[in-house]
Amino acid sequence: MANVSIQFLIKLVVSTFFFLIAVAANAQNTINGKKIYETRCLVCHQSDGGGVPNMNPPLDGASNVNGKDIARLVKIIRNGYDERIALDGMYYNNAMTANPDLKEDAIADVLTYIRTSWSNKAGVVTTNQVKAALVKNKAAKK
Amino acid sequence: MKKQIQLLSLTVFAFCMNVLAQENAGLKLPEGFKASLYANNIGGARHIAITKAGIVFAKLNNPNKEGNSIVRLEDTNNDGVADKVNGWAKYGGTGIFVKGNSLYASSNEAIFKYELNSKDEVVNPLTPQTIVSGLIDRRQHNSKSITFDKGNNIYVNIGAYSNACQEKDRMPGSQGMMPCPILDSAGGVWKFDGTKENQTYKDGKRYATGLRNVIGLDWNTETNQLYVTQHGRDQLNSFYPNLYTDAQNAELPAETFYAMNEGDNAGWPYVYYDPIQKKKIVSPEYGGDSKKEGSSEFKDPAVAFPAHMAPMAVLFYTGNQFPAKYKNGAFISFHGSWNRAPLPQEGFFVAFVPFKEGKATGEWEIFANGFAGTENGAKVTNTGKAKARPCGLAQGPDGSIYVSDDTKGAIFKISYNK
Repeated sequence: MANVSIQFLIKLVVSTFFFLIAVAANAQNTINGKKIYETRCLVCHQSDGGGVPNMNPPLDGASNVNGKDIARLVKIIRNGYDERIALDGMYYNNAMTANPDLKEDAIADVLTYIRTSWSNKAGVVTTNQVKAALVKNKAAKK
Repeated sequence: MKKQIQLLSLTVFAFCMNVLAQENAGLKLPEGFKASLYANNIGGARHIAITKAGIVFAKLNNPNKEGNSIVRLEDTNNDGVADKVNGWAKYGGTGIFVKGNSLYASSNEAIFKYELNSKDEVVNPLTPQTIVSGLIDRRQHNSKSITFDKGNNIYVNIGAYSNACQEKDRMPGSQGMMPCPILDSAGGVWKFDGTKENQTYKDGKRYATGLRNVIGLDWNTETNQLYVTQHGRDQLNSFYPNLYTDAQNAELPAETFYAMNEGDNAGWPYVYYDPIQKKKIVSPEYGGDSKKEGSSEFKDPAVAFPAHMAPMAVLFYTGNQFPAKYKNGAFISFHGSWNRAPLPQEGFFVAFVPFKEGKATGEWEIFANGFAGTENGAKVTNTGKAKARPCGLAQGPDGSIYVSDDTKGAIFKISYNK
């Protein structure tokens, strides 16, 4: 019995610790991420992340944005996108501008902002995740 | 008891508000005009066409939930609401036109011709004639809108698959290509024989060029001339922040309305029209600095509209139902902007352009507004939130006009009764 509650306590402390780190990281990332979003993304994806019907896909509530494939999101931000995209039953036609100058931490910030704004609750993307994604994308290219 | 009365009066009040809100299908119109919601939720309706008997055909952007991309609508009891609706065809697209007993419709790369029987029903839904095919569709600006002159020539818009003909489209710092190679096969209006099957580029003729993306086009039968609207280029501030502020980008360049004669050139991608300086200005991708004036060889617009509002259809009014000032003037539908962000969006209405002696006076006014469905007519901030976006325009046999919406697929019928 005592064993169980100690285990529970340790779990609680550890998870609170990580939760607080995540919150702090998130706060930091989203401020910078919002800035990047406003200068580079907002015009097409709009301030509510709703996109423009038939042209620019929405980010708010989008299954791929909230999904697990971070590498794909990183690739689109870095290289842009020039294909018709099917998303949640709709089609979007516009080409997206590439962002070759965005550093790993900036990509992490803007993705964190996008994945935690509006109705999105997919959570933080770390710089390490972006680095791993870039390695993965590079390997896939070869 | 008192509570019950309160509740009842509240219910009555709510009901009245609801009725008021729905008056004229939610549209704001000039005095004497009324509107009905002719159809709703038929699927994103691009252009529409109407037969002499008042049958409405709508071309859908993509097949609707029934799997149809052309919809036929009929108002059998004449109450302003379609009560018989059916459809066919699997290809998305924009253009539709009724010519005699034929119905023309376009995909994003071809034009098809159907035959109508005496009841305006399509005889050959599965086996249309292919009039033109192989037109460029590279997604961006791929709508092939169509119109006819007084004869049998069909005019089709082939939009440029680019913003400003940069070496790399929408890439900051990428230069404009000189000459722009896109103009050989897109960025203009092409003319074909509307009666001949199986045509492709080599059978047609580039009728007018230098037009980035024309979605609205109509033949002015009074002056025997093609009129087109152009969607002006985007993102001056995103790519040239040292030359243009967000506020300037929101007003630049004008959306333009042109009378195009054979061989005319409106100047895209080399110039854009600045509605404030009232000049053609050299594009920054071609060495412009926001002030340098462009060549006079390029056509001036008949009317310059505010930037980014996206004109979707032109309709010269030839009916007798509306007051005299509307006769032979042009209605233009505006889809509503997105590239004015972060500033509020504009458009989402149908404008009227008065004509005198066959020429646009240069004035224009909002004719029908309220499509976006915002509270108290507030401005739209985010384009995706607009309830309806005006797209197609057509005139019914009684002189009413119809406006289609390509979000969920409403069709509004607007009539005049003193």
